[in-house]
Amino acid sequence: MTAHSKKESLIKIENMSLVYGKKDKKIPALEDIDLEINRGEFICVLGPSGCGKSTLLRAIAGYLKPTLGKCLMQGNEIDGPDWHRGVIFQSPTLYPWMTVNDNVEFGPKMRGLPKDKIKEIRKYFLDEVKLSGFGNKYTFELSGGMKQRVALARVLANYPQVVLMDEPFGALDALTRDDMQNLIRDIWEENNTTIFFITHDVDEALSLATRVIVLSKRPGKIIKEFKVDFTNKIFKSGTKDVIYQDDYFEVKNEILDIINSQIEK
Amino acid sequence: MALKNNEEPKKERGKNPTKWADKLVNRNDDTDKKSKTEKVLTILTWSSIFILWFVITKLGIFTPTLLPGPIRVWKAFLHILENGYNSVPIWVHLGASLKRLFVALFFAIFTAVPLGLLSGYFKKVEAVIDSVIEFYRPLPPLAYYTLLVLWFGIDDLSKQVLLFLAAFAPIYIACVSSVRQLNQDFVLSAESLGATQKNIFFKIVLPASMPEIFTGIRTAFGVAYTTLVSAEMVAATSGIGWMVLDASNFLKSEVIFVGIIIMGITGVIIDTGLRFLEKNIIFWKGHV
Repeated sequence: MTAHSKKESLIKIENMSLVYGKKDKKIPALEDIDLEINRGEFICVLGPSGCGKSTLLRAIAGYLKPTLGKCLMQGNEIDGPDWHRGVIFQSPTLYPWMTVNDNVEFGPKMRGLPKDKIKEIRKYFLDEVKLSGFGNKYTFELSGGMKQRVALARVLANYPQVVLMDEPFGALDALTRDDMQNLIRDIWEENNTTIFFITHDVDEALSLATRVIVLSKRPGKIIKEFKVDFTNKIFKSGTKDVIYQDDYFEVKNEILDIINSQIEK
Repeated sequence: MALKNNEEPKKERGKNPTKWADKLVNRNDDTDKKSKTEKVLTILTWSSIFILWFVITKLGIFTPTLLPGPIRVWKAFLHILENGYNSVPIWVHLGASLKRLFVALFFAIFTAVPLGLLSGYFKKVEAVIDSVIEFYRPLPPLAYYTLLVLWFGIDDLSKQVLLFLAAFAPIYIACVSSVRQLNQDFVLSAESLGATQKNIFFKIVLPASMPEIFTGIRTAFGVAYTTLVSAEMVAATSGIGWMVLDASNFLKSEVIFVGIIIMGITGVIIDTGLRFLEKNIIFWKGHV
Protein backbone atom coordinates (compact mmCIF):
# COMPACT_ATOMS: atom_id res chain seq x y z
CA MET A 1 0.00 0.00 0.00
CA THR A 2 2.91 2.28 0.52
CA ALA A 3 3.46 2.18 -3.21
CA HIS A 4 0.17 3.94 -3.78
CA SER A 5 1.63 7.20 -2.60
CA LYS A 6 4.65 7.41 -4.89
CA LYS A 7 3.74 8.10 -8.47
CA GLU A 8 5.26 6.06 -11.22
CA SER A 9 3.54 6.57 -14.53
CA LEU A 10 2.79 3.35 -16.36
CA ILE A 11 0.37 4.34 -19.08
CA LYS A 12 0.11 7.75 -20.59
CA ILE A 13 -2.61 8.69 -23.03
CA GLU A 14 -2.10 11.98 -24.85
CA ASN A 15 -4.82 13.71 -26.87
CA MET A 16 -6.13 10.41 -28.05
CA SER A 17 -9.11 10.25 -30.42
CA LEU A 18 -10.42 7.09 -31.95
CA VAL A 19 -12.73 6.88 -34.95
CA TYR A 20 -14.31 3.69 -36.21
CA GLY A 21 -14.96 3.03 -39.89
CA LYS A 22 -13.59 4.59 -43.06
CA LYS A 23 -14.29 7.63 -45.20
CA ASP A 24 -18.10 7.98 -45.45
CA LYS A 25 -19.12 6.01 -42.39
CA LYS A 26 -17.05 7.51 -39.64
CA ILE A 27 -18.16 6.87 -36.11
CA PRO A 28 -16.16 8.81 -33.55
CA ALA A 29 -15.81 6.73 -30.38
CA LEU A 30 -13.34 8.69 -28.27
CA GLU A 31 -12.26 12.30 -28.34
CA ASP A 32 -9.32 14.10 -26.74
CA ILE A 33 -8.57 11.61 -24.04
CA ASP A 34 -5.80 12.59 -21.67
CA LEU A 35 -5.12 10.08 -18.97
CA GLU A 36 -2.27 8.84 -16.89
CA ILE A 37 -2.26 5.55 -15.06
CA ASN A 38 0.22 5.31 -12.22
CA ARG A 39 1.57 2.18 -10.61
CA GLY A 40 -0.64 0.88 -7.84
CA GLU A 41 -3.72 2.79 -8.87
CA PHE A 42 -7.16 1.26 -9.13
CA ILE A 43 -8.93 3.27 -11.80
CA CYS A 44 -12.61 2.76 -12.51
CA VAL A 45 -14.20 4.17 -15.65
CA LEU A 46 -17.88 5.04 -15.63
CA GLY A 47 -20.08 6.37 -18.38
CA PRO A 48 -23.38 5.95 -20.18
CA SER A 49 -23.59 2.81 -22.28
CA GLY A 50 -22.05 3.12 -25.71
CA CYS A 51 -19.78 5.96 -24.61
CA GLY A 52 -16.58 4.24 -25.64
CA LYS A 53 -15.46 2.79 -22.32
CA SER A 54 -14.56 -0.52 -23.93
CA THR A 55 -12.91 1.27 -26.83
CA LEU A 56 -10.64 3.05 -24.38
CA LEU A 57 -9.70 -0.26 -22.79
CA ARG A 58 -9.09 -1.86 -26.16
CA ALA A 59 -6.83 0.98 -27.17
CA ILE A 60 -4.77 0.56 -24.02
CA ALA A 61 -4.67 -3.21 -24.53
CA GLY A 62 -3.33 -2.63 -28.03
CA TYR A 63 -6.28 -4.15 -29.89
CA LEU A 64 -7.14 -0.79 -31.46
CA LYS A 65 -4.89 1.95 -32.78
CA PRO A 66 -5.71 5.54 -31.87
CA THR A 67 -6.75 7.65 -34.85
CA LEU A 68 -5.13 10.74 -33.35
CA GLY A 69 -2.84 11.21 -30.39
CA LYS A 70 -0.77 8.69 -28.54
CA CYS A 71 -1.10 5.82 -26.16
CA LEU A 72 2.16 5.19 -24.35
CA MET A 73 3.33 2.58 -21.93
CA GLN A 74 6.40 3.55 -19.92
CA GLY A 75 7.31 5.97 -22.68
CA ASN A 76 6.90 3.55 -25.57
CA GLU A 77 4.00 3.69 -27.95
CA ILE A 78 1.62 0.76 -27.52
CA ASP A 79 1.83 -1.36 -30.65
CA GLY A 80 -0.38 -4.42 -30.37
CA PRO A 81 -1.23 -6.63 -27.42
CA ASP A 82 1.46 -7.52 -24.94
CA TRP A 83 1.62 -9.63 -21.79
CA HIS A 84 2.55 -6.59 -19.71
CA ARG A 85 -1.06 -5.53 -20.09
CA GLY A 86 -3.36 -8.35 -19.00
CA VAL A 87 -6.97 -8.19 -20.14
CA ILE A 88 -10.07 -9.63 -18.52
CA PHE A 89 -13.19 -9.68 -20.66
CA GLN A 90 -16.77 -9.49 -19.56
CA SER A 91 -17.34 -13.11 -20.50
CA PRO A 92 -14.36 -15.16 -19.37
CA THR A 93 -12.49 -16.31 -22.45
CA LEU A 94 -11.15 -19.46 -20.87
CA TYR A 95 -10.10 -22.19 -23.27
CA PRO A 96 -12.54 -25.06 -22.80
CA TRP A 97 -10.10 -27.65 -24.21
CA MET A 98 -7.72 -26.96 -21.34
CA THR A 99 -8.05 -27.69 -17.65
CA VAL A 100 -8.04 -24.89 -15.09
CA ASN A 101 -4.33 -25.59 -14.49
CA ASP A 102 -3.49 -25.35 -18.17
CA ASN A 103 -5.47 -22.15 -18.51
CA VAL A 104 -3.64 -20.49 -15.64
CA GLU A 105 -0.28 -21.76 -16.89
CA PHE A 106 -0.92 -20.59 -20.44
CA GLY A 107 0.76 -17.18 -20.10
CA PRO A 108 3.92 -18.34 -18.30
CA LYS A 109 4.21 -21.28 -20.72
CA MET A 110 3.94 -19.00 -23.73
CA ARG A 111 6.72 -16.91 -22.28
CA GLY A 112 8.87 -20.00 -21.83
CA LEU A 113 9.39 -19.85 -18.08
CA PRO A 114 10.96 -22.92 -16.44
CA LYS A 115 8.51 -25.67 -15.49
CA ASP A 116 8.88 -25.54 -11.72
CA LYS A 117 8.47 -21.79 -11.80
CA ILE A 118 5.26 -22.15 -13.83
CA LYS A 119 3.91 -24.64 -11.32
CA GLU A 120 4.76 -22.40 -8.43
CA ILE A 121 3.05 -19.40 -10.06
CA ARG A 122 -0.02 -21.43 -10.90
CA LYS A 123 -0.32 -22.71 -7.32
CA TYR A 124 0.08 -19.25 -5.87
CA PHE A 125 -2.56 -17.61 -8.02
CA LEU A 126 -5.10 -20.44 -7.86
CA ASP A 127 -4.74 -20.09 -4.12
CA GLU A 128 -5.08 -16.33 -4.40
CA VAL A 129 -8.42 -16.66 -6.22
CA LYS A 130 -9.44 -19.43 -3.78
CA LEU A 131 -9.61 -22.17 -6.37
CA SER A 132 -6.86 -24.50 -5.25
CA GLY A 133 -8.22 -27.99 -5.63
CA PHE A 134 -10.04 -27.14 -8.83
CA GLY A 135 -6.94 -27.28 -11.02
CA ASN A 136 -7.80 -30.52 -12.78
CA LYS A 137 -11.34 -29.49 -13.65
CA TYR A 138 -12.31 -28.36 -17.09
CA THR A 139 -13.52 -24.78 -17.20
CA PHE A 140 -17.04 -25.72 -18.30
CA GLU A 141 -17.48 -27.54 -15.01
CA LEU A 142 -17.21 -24.26 -13.11
CA SER A 143 -19.80 -21.61 -12.23
CA GLY A 144 -19.70 -18.11 -13.74
CA GLY A 145 -17.96 -16.59 -10.74
CA MET A 146 -15.37 -19.37 -10.62
CA LYS A 147 -14.67 -18.96 -14.33
CA GLN A 148 -14.02 -15.27 -13.88
CA ARG A 149 -11.66 -16.09 -10.99
CA VAL A 150 -9.73 -18.48 -13.23
CA ALA A 151 -9.55 -15.72 -15.85
CA LEU A 152 -8.17 -13.43 -13.16
CA ALA A 153 -5.58 -15.97 -12.04
CA ARG A 154 -4.59 -16.58 -15.66
CA VAL A 155 -3.92 -12.89 -16.22
CA LEU A 156 -2.15 -12.37 -12.89
CA ALA A 157 0.12 -15.37 -13.57
CA ASN A 158 2.02 -13.17 -16.03
CA TYR A 159 2.61 -10.49 -13.39
CA PRO A 160 1.37 -7.82 -15.81
CA GLN A 161 2.14 -4.18 -15.15
CA VAL A 162 -1.53 -3.31 -15.59
CA VAL A 163 -4.65 -5.41 -15.46
CA LEU A 164 -7.38 -4.15 -17.77
CA MET A 165 -10.85 -5.32 -16.85
CA ASP A 166 -13.87 -4.79 -19.08
CA GLU A 167 -17.01 -5.03 -16.92
CA PRO A 168 -15.67 -8.28 -15.52
CA PHE A 169 -18.48 -8.83 -13.04
CA GLY A 170 -21.31 -7.57 -15.26
CA ALA A 171 -22.68 -11.01 -15.98
CA LEU A 172 -22.57 -12.26 -12.39
CA ASP A 173 -25.38 -12.33 -9.85
CA ALA A 174 -25.38 -9.76 -7.04
CA LEU A 175 -23.96 -12.01 -4.32
CA THR A 176 -21.17 -13.47 -6.44
CA ARG A 177 -20.42 -9.97 -7.60
CA ASP A 178 -19.94 -8.75 -4.05
CA ASP A 179 -17.61 -11.66 -3.40
CA MET A 180 -15.60 -10.91 -6.52
CA GLN A 181 -15.29 -7.24 -5.61
CA ASN A 182 -13.82 -8.18 -2.24
CA LEU A 183 -11.51 -10.68 -3.91
CA ILE A 184 -10.20 -8.23 -6.46
CA ARG A 185 -9.70 -5.58 -3.78
CA ASP A 186 -7.73 -8.00 -1.62
CA ILE A 187 -5.59 -9.12 -4.55
CA TRP A 188 -4.95 -5.52 -5.56
CA GLU A 189 -3.93 -4.54 -2.02
CA GLU A 190 -1.78 -7.61 -1.41
CA ASN A 191 0.03 -7.71 -4.74
CA ASN A 192 0.33 -3.99 -5.39
CA THR A 193 -1.35 -4.49 -8.75
CA THR A 194 -2.41 -1.68 -11.05
CA ILE A 195 -5.96 -2.05 -12.29
CA PHE A 196 -7.95 -0.28 -14.97
CA PHE A 197 -11.53 -1.31 -14.49
CA ILE A 198 -14.59 -0.54 -16.60
CA THR A 199 -18.01 -0.72 -15.04
CA HIS A 200 -21.46 0.77 -15.32
CA ASP A 201 -22.14 0.34 -11.62
CA VAL A 202 -21.38 3.48 -9.60
CA ASP A 203 -21.28 1.57 -6.30
CA GLU A 204 -18.83 -0.92 -7.73
CA ALA A 205 -16.60 1.90 -8.95
CA LEU A 206 -16.68 3.78 -5.65
CA SER A 207 -16.04 0.76 -3.47
CA LEU A 208 -13.04 -0.38 -5.55
CA ALA A 209 -11.35 2.62 -7.10
CA THR A 210 -8.73 5.04 -5.96
CA ARG A 211 -9.72 7.17 -8.91
CA VAL A 212 -13.04 7.26 -10.76
CA ILE A 213 -13.18 8.62 -14.29
CA VAL A 214 -16.50 9.63 -15.80
CA LEU A 215 -16.86 9.65 -19.56
CA SER A 216 -19.39 11.62 -21.59
CA LYS A 217 -21.78 10.09 -24.07
CA ARG A 218 -20.32 9.25 -27.49
CA PRO A 219 -17.82 10.38 -28.58
CA GLY A 220 -16.41 9.72 -25.13
CA LYS A 221 -14.55 12.52 -23.40
CA ILE A 222 -13.35 12.60 -19.82
CA ILE A 223 -15.80 14.86 -18.00
CA LYS A 224 -14.55 14.54 -14.49
CA GLU A 225 -12.18 12.63 -12.24
CA PHE A 226 -12.80 11.77 -8.61
CA LYS A 227 -10.08 10.78 -6.16
CA VAL A 228 -11.65 8.51 -3.63
CA ASP A 229 -10.39 6.32 -0.82
CA PHE A 230 -13.36 4.16 0.14
CA THR A 231 -11.64 1.03 -1.10
CA ASN A 232 -8.75 1.38 1.35
CA LYS A 233 -11.17 2.12 4.17
CA ILE A 234 -13.18 -0.98 3.31
CA PHE A 235 -10.01 -3.04 3.17
CA LYS A 236 -8.74 -1.78 6.51
CA SER A 237 -12.02 -2.01 8.39
CA GLY A 238 -13.17 -5.19 6.68
CA THR A 239 -16.69 -3.82 6.34
CA LYS A 240 -18.50 -1.81 3.73
CA ASP A 241 -19.87 0.64 6.32
CA VAL A 242 -18.27 3.62 4.59
CA ILE A 243 -20.76 3.38 1.77
CA TYR A 244 -23.49 4.52 4.17
CA GLN A 245 -21.74 7.77 5.05
CA ASP A 246 -22.50 11.23 3.81
CA ASP A 247 -19.30 11.81 1.84
CA TYR A 248 -19.94 8.61 -0.07
CA PHE A 249 -23.45 9.73 -1.02
CA GLU A 250 -22.19 13.13 -2.05
CA VAL A 251 -19.75 11.68 -4.55
CA LYS A 252 -22.21 9.07 -5.72
CA ASN A 253 -24.91 11.66 -6.37
CA GLU A 254 -22.54 13.90 -8.24
CA ILE A 255 -21.47 11.06 -10.49
CA LEU A 256 -25.05 9.96 -11.07
CA ASP A 257 -26.02 13.54 -11.95
CA ILE A 258 -23.27 13.71 -14.55
CA ILE A 259 -24.17 10.36 -16.09
CA ASN A 260 -27.89 11.18 -16.15
CA SER A 261 -27.25 14.54 -17.76
CA GLN A 262 -25.43 12.66 -20.50
CA ILE A 263 -28.26 10.26 -21.09
CA GLU A 264 -31.03 12.90 -21.21
CA LYS A 265 -29.51 14.98 -23.96
CA MET B 1 -30.10 -30.60 -13.68
CA ALA B 2 -30.50 -34.30 -13.10
CA LEU B 3 -27.29 -34.88 -14.98
CA LYS B 4 -25.50 -32.33 -12.84
CA ASN B 5 -26.52 -34.07 -9.63
CA ASN B 6 -25.23 -37.34 -10.91
CA GLU B 7 -21.96 -35.68 -11.69
CA GLU B 8 -21.27 -34.34 -8.24
CA PRO B 9 -19.84 -37.45 -6.56
CA LYS B 10 -17.82 -38.17 -9.67
CA LYS B 11 -16.35 -34.70 -9.55
CA GLU B 12 -15.27 -35.23 -5.96
CA ARG B 13 -13.23 -38.31 -6.57
CA GLY B 14 -12.46 -37.65 -10.22
CA LYS B 15 -8.93 -36.48 -9.72
CA ASN B 16 -8.00 -37.39 -13.22
CA PRO B 17 -10.48 -35.70 -15.53
CA THR B 18 -8.84 -37.07 -18.63
CA LYS B 19 -10.50 -40.38 -17.82
CA TRP B 20 -12.80 -41.51 -20.57
CA ALA B 21 -15.69 -41.94 -18.18
CA ASP B 22 -15.56 -38.35 -17.02
CA LYS B 23 -15.43 -37.11 -20.57
CA LEU B 24 -18.35 -39.26 -21.48
CA VAL B 25 -20.36 -37.86 -18.60
CA ASN B 26 -19.45 -34.30 -19.34
CA ARG B 27 -19.85 -34.24 -23.08
CA ASN B 28 -23.06 -32.71 -24.33
CA ASP B 29 -24.62 -35.35 -26.43
CA ASP B 30 -27.85 -35.00 -28.29
CA THR B 31 -27.60 -37.96 -30.62
CA ASP B 32 -26.52 -40.77 -28.35
CA LYS B 33 -28.78 -40.12 -25.42
CA LYS B 34 -31.84 -41.76 -26.89
CA SER B 35 -34.62 -42.56 -24.48
CA LYS B 36 -36.12 -46.02 -24.25
CA THR B 37 -39.20 -45.14 -26.29
CA GLU B 38 -37.04 -43.80 -29.07
CA LYS B 39 -35.01 -47.00 -29.17
CA VAL B 40 -38.18 -49.08 -29.26
CA LEU B 41 -39.51 -46.94 -32.10
CA THR B 42 -36.33 -47.46 -34.11
CA ILE B 43 -36.48 -51.20 -33.58
CA LEU B 44 -40.17 -51.20 -34.54
CA THR B 45 -39.43 -49.38 -37.78
CA TRP B 46 -36.89 -51.96 -38.82
CA SER B 47 -39.05 -54.87 -37.78
CA SER B 48 -41.94 -53.54 -39.88
CA ILE B 49 -39.65 -53.08 -42.88
CA PHE B 50 -38.55 -56.70 -42.55
CA ILE B 51 -42.08 -57.98 -42.03
CA LEU B 52 -43.34 -55.98 -45.01
CA TRP B 53 -40.48 -57.33 -47.12
CA PHE B 54 -41.19 -60.87 -45.99
CA VAL B 55 -44.97 -60.58 -46.56
CA ILE B 56 -44.65 -59.04 -50.02
CA THR B 57 -42.27 -61.74 -51.21
CA LYS B 58 -44.39 -64.47 -49.58
CA LEU B 59 -47.45 -63.20 -51.47
CA GLY B 60 -45.49 -63.60 -54.68
CA ILE B 61 -46.51 -60.24 -56.16
CA PHE B 62 -43.10 -59.86 -57.77
CA THR B 63 -40.81 -62.48 -59.18
CA PRO B 64 -37.77 -63.31 -57.00
CA THR B 65 -35.60 -61.69 -59.64
CA LEU B 66 -37.29 -58.35 -59.06
CA LEU B 67 -37.60 -58.68 -55.30
CA PRO B 68 -35.81 -61.57 -53.62
CA GLY B 69 -37.13 -62.53 -50.19
CA PRO B 70 -35.16 -62.13 -46.95
CA ILE B 71 -34.34 -65.80 -46.79
CA ARG B 72 -32.99 -65.85 -50.34
CA VAL B 73 -30.87 -62.82 -49.56
CA TRP B 74 -29.62 -64.38 -46.32
CA LYS B 75 -28.67 -67.55 -48.16
CA ALA B 76 -26.89 -65.53 -50.84
CA PHE B 77 -25.05 -63.68 -48.05
CA LEU B 78 -23.90 -66.94 -46.47
CA HIS B 79 -22.88 -68.24 -49.86
CA ILE B 80 -20.82 -65.14 -50.59
CA LEU B 81 -19.29 -65.30 -47.13
CA GLU B 82 -18.20 -68.84 -47.75
CA ASN B 83 -17.22 -68.82 -51.40
CA GLY B 84 -16.75 -65.14 -52.12
CA TYR B 85 -18.12 -63.42 -55.18
CA ASN B 86 -16.62 -64.65 -58.45
CA SER B 87 -14.35 -66.69 -56.19
CA VAL B 88 -12.95 -63.52 -54.66
CA PRO B 89 -13.68 -63.35 -50.90
CA ILE B 90 -16.12 -60.65 -49.80
CA TRP B 91 -13.44 -59.20 -47.47
CA VAL B 92 -11.25 -58.51 -50.43
CA HIS B 93 -14.02 -56.56 -52.13
CA LEU B 94 -14.89 -54.66 -48.99
CA GLY B 95 -11.22 -54.15 -48.21
CA ALA B 96 -10.55 -52.77 -51.68
CA SER B 97 -13.39 -50.27 -51.27
CA LEU B 98 -12.41 -49.22 -47.76
CA LYS B 99 -8.76 -48.84 -48.72
CA ARG B 100 -9.69 -46.42 -51.50
CA LEU B 101 -11.94 -44.57 -49.08
CA PHE B 102 -9.48 -44.23 -46.25
CA VAL B 103 -6.44 -43.42 -48.35
CA ALA B 104 -8.44 -40.63 -49.97
CA LEU B 105 -9.84 -39.36 -46.65
CA PHE B 106 -6.41 -39.44 -45.05
CA PHE B 107 -4.88 -37.23 -47.73
CA ALA B 108 -7.95 -35.01 -47.84
CA ILE B 109 -7.78 -34.37 -44.08
CA PHE B 110 -4.08 -33.66 -44.11
CA THR B 111 -4.30 -31.19 -46.95
CA ALA B 112 -7.76 -29.63 -46.49
CA VAL B 113 -7.37 -28.85 -42.78
CA PRO B 114 -4.19 -26.77 -43.03
CA LEU B 115 -5.26 -25.13 -46.30
CA GLY B 116 -8.73 -24.40 -44.93
CA LEU B 117 -7.40 -22.94 -41.69
CA LEU B 118 -4.86 -20.84 -43.60
CA SER B 119 -7.57 -19.63 -45.97
CA GLY B 120 -9.68 -18.60 -43.02
CA TYR B 121 -6.67 -16.87 -41.51
CA PHE B 122 -5.20 -15.13 -44.53
CA LYS B 123 -7.39 -13.51 -47.19
CA LYS B 124 -4.63 -13.93 -49.75
CA VAL B 125 -4.48 -17.69 -49.38
CA GLU B 126 -8.22 -17.78 -49.73
CA ALA B 127 -8.06 -15.69 -52.89
CA VAL B 128 -5.79 -18.34 -54.42
CA ILE B 129 -7.66 -21.47 -53.40
CA ASP B 130 -11.26 -20.56 -52.89
CA SER B 131 -12.43 -19.95 -56.45
CA VAL B 132 -11.01 -23.27 -57.65
CA ILE B 133 -12.88 -25.11 -54.92
CA GLU B 134 -16.06 -23.18 -55.61
CA PHE B 135 -15.77 -24.14 -59.29
CA TYR B 136 -15.28 -27.87 -58.92
CA ARG B 137 -17.33 -28.43 -55.76
CA PRO B 138 -20.79 -28.38 -57.35
CA LEU B 139 -19.65 -30.68 -60.20
CA PRO B 140 -20.84 -34.25 -59.80
CA PRO B 141 -17.59 -36.21 -59.26
CA LEU B 142 -18.53 -38.71 -61.94
CA ALA B 143 -18.48 -35.89 -64.49
CA TYR B 144 -14.70 -35.66 -64.28
CA TYR B 145 -14.11 -39.26 -63.29
CA THR B 146 -13.62 -40.39 -66.88
CA LEU B 147 -10.85 -37.81 -67.20
CA LEU B 148 -9.20 -39.13 -64.05
CA VAL B 149 -9.37 -42.66 -65.42
CA LEU B 150 -7.66 -41.46 -68.60
CA TRP B 151 -4.93 -39.78 -66.60
CA PHE B 152 -4.40 -42.17 -63.71
CA GLY B 153 -5.56 -45.48 -65.14
CA ILE B 154 -8.47 -47.67 -64.20
CA ASP B 155 -6.86 -48.92 -60.98
CA ASP B 156 -6.96 -47.57 -57.47
CA LEU B 157 -5.14 -44.32 -58.12
CA SER B 158 -7.88 -42.73 -60.23
CA LYS B 159 -10.47 -43.65 -57.61
CA GLN B 160 -8.34 -42.33 -54.79
CA VAL B 161 -7.85 -39.05 -56.59
CA LEU B 162 -11.57 -38.85 -57.26
CA LEU B 163 -12.49 -39.52 -53.63
CA PHE B 164 -9.79 -37.13 -52.47
CA LEU B 165 -11.32 -34.36 -54.57
CA ALA B 166 -14.81 -35.23 -53.33
CA ALA B 167 -13.70 -35.23 -49.68
CA PHE B 168 -11.46 -32.19 -49.88
CA ALA B 169 -14.16 -29.57 -50.46
CA PRO B 170 -16.38 -30.22 -47.40
CA ILE B 171 -13.39 -30.32 -45.03
CA TYR B 172 -11.83 -27.22 -46.56
CA ILE B 173 -15.08 -25.25 -46.37
CA ALA B 174 -15.70 -26.32 -42.77
CA CYS B 175 -12.20 -25.16 -41.82
CA VAL B 176 -12.58 -21.76 -43.48
CA SER B 177 -15.88 -21.13 -41.76
CA SER B 178 -14.56 -22.35 -38.40
CA VAL B 179 -11.81 -19.75 -38.46
CA ARG B 180 -14.31 -17.09 -39.56
CA GLN B 181 -16.60 -17.90 -36.67
CA LEU B 182 -13.79 -18.12 -34.17
CA ASN B 183 -14.44 -16.15 -31.01
CA GLN B 184 -12.07 -13.21 -31.53
CA ASP B 185 -11.69 -12.78 -27.79
CA PHE B 186 -9.92 -16.16 -27.69
CA VAL B 187 -7.26 -14.83 -30.01
CA LEU B 188 -7.04 -11.42 -28.33
CA SER B 189 -6.77 -12.91 -24.86
CA ALA B 190 -4.02 -15.25 -26.05
CA GLU B 191 -2.14 -12.32 -27.57
CA SER B 192 -2.43 -10.44 -24.29
CA LEU B 193 -1.06 -13.49 -22.48
CA GLY B 194 2.10 -13.37 -24.57
CA ALA B 195 1.37 -16.03 -27.21
CA THR B 196 3.12 -15.77 -30.55
CA GLN B 197 1.17 -16.10 -33.84
CA LYS B 198 2.42 -19.66 -34.20
CA ASN B 199 1.29 -20.58 -30.71
CA ILE B 200 -2.07 -18.95 -31.29
CA PHE B 201 -2.53 -21.03 -34.41
CA PHE B 202 -1.69 -24.35 -32.78
CA LYS B 203 -2.96 -23.81 -29.26
CA ILE B 204 -6.03 -21.69 -29.89
CA VAL B 205 -7.23 -21.64 -33.50
CA LEU B 206 -6.72 -25.34 -34.21
CA PRO B 207 -8.43 -26.70 -31.08
CA ALA B 208 -11.19 -24.09 -31.29
CA SER B 209 -11.87 -25.22 -34.86
CA MET B 210 -11.95 -28.92 -34.04
CA PRO B 211 -15.74 -29.23 -33.71
CA GLU B 212 -16.30 -27.79 -37.19
CA ILE B 213 -13.41 -29.74 -38.65
CA PHE B 214 -14.98 -32.93 -37.40
CA THR B 215 -18.35 -32.02 -38.86
CA GLY B 216 -16.53 -31.40 -42.15
CA ILE B 217 -14.81 -34.78 -41.95
CA ARG B 218 -18.10 -36.55 -41.36
CA THR B 219 -19.70 -34.79 -44.31
CA ALA B 220 -16.63 -35.57 -46.44
CA PHE B 221 -16.86 -39.20 -45.47
CA GLY B 222 -20.50 -39.30 -46.59
CA VAL B 223 -19.73 -37.65 -49.92
CA ALA B 224 -16.66 -39.83 -50.52
CA TYR B 225 -18.52 -43.01 -49.70
CA THR B 226 -21.32 -42.24 -52.16
CA THR B 227 -18.78 -41.28 -54.80
CA LEU B 228 -16.79 -44.45 -54.17
CA VAL B 229 -19.69 -46.77 -54.86
CA SER B 230 -20.69 -44.88 -58.00
CA ALA B 231 -17.09 -44.84 -59.22
CA GLU B 232 -16.77 -48.56 -58.73
CA MET B 233 -19.95 -48.97 -60.72
CA VAL B 234 -18.51 -46.99 -63.60
CA ALA B 235 -15.10 -48.56 -63.88
CA ALA B 236 -13.52 -51.13 -61.61
CA THR B 237 -12.60 -54.77 -61.28
CA SER B 238 -13.03 -55.09 -57.55
CA GLY B 239 -14.84 -53.47 -54.69
CA ILE B 240 -18.27 -53.70 -53.18
CA GLY B 241 -19.76 -51.28 -55.73
CA TRP B 242 -18.33 -53.32 -58.57
CA MET B 243 -19.83 -56.47 -57.03
CA VAL B 244 -23.30 -54.90 -57.14
CA LEU B 245 -22.83 -53.73 -60.73
CA ASP B 246 -21.56 -57.12 -61.83
CA ALA B 247 -24.45 -58.88 -60.10
CA SER B 248 -26.95 -56.61 -61.82
CA ASN B 249 -25.45 -57.53 -65.19
CA PHE B 250 -26.38 -61.12 -64.46
CA LEU B 251 -29.66 -60.24 -62.72
CA LYS B 252 -28.48 -61.77 -59.43
CA SER B 253 -30.85 -59.60 -57.39
CA GLU B 254 -30.10 -61.30 -54.10
CA VAL B 255 -26.43 -60.41 -54.50
CA ILE B 256 -27.44 -56.81 -55.24
CA PHE B 257 -29.40 -56.82 -51.99
CA VAL B 258 -26.47 -58.27 -50.06
CA GLY B 259 -24.17 -55.64 -51.52
CA ILE B 260 -26.49 -52.77 -50.69
CA ILE B 261 -27.03 -53.98 -47.14
CA ILE B 262 -23.30 -54.37 -46.59
CA MET B 263 -22.70 -50.86 -47.93
CA GLY B 264 -25.37 -49.44 -45.64
CA ILE B 265 -24.12 -51.18 -42.54
CA THR B 266 -20.48 -50.31 -43.26
CA GLY B 267 -21.48 -46.66 -43.64
CA VAL B 268 -23.32 -46.64 -40.33
CA ILE B 269 -20.40 -48.33 -38.56
CA ILE B 270 -17.84 -45.87 -39.88
CA ASP B 271 -20.01 -42.90 -38.99
CA THR B 272 -20.55 -44.28 -35.50
CA GLY B 273 -16.79 -44.64 -35.16
CA LEU B 274 -16.26 -41.05 -36.27
CA ARG B 275 -18.92 -39.85 -33.83
CA PHE B 276 -17.28 -41.79 -31.02
CA LEU B 277 -13.93 -40.19 -31.83
CA GLU B 278 -15.57 -36.78 -31.99
CA LYS B 279 -17.19 -37.15 -28.59
CA ASN B 280 -13.93 -38.13 -26.95
CA ILE B 281 -11.60 -35.74 -28.70
CA ILE B 282 -13.95 -32.77 -28.54
CA PHE B 283 -15.46 -33.53 -25.17
CA TRP B 284 -15.81 -29.81 -24.57
CA LYS B 285 -17.97 -29.20 -27.64
CA GLY B 286 -20.83 -26.82 -26.93
CA HIS B 287 -18.94 -25.16 -24.12
CA VAL B 288 -17.05 -22.63 -26.19
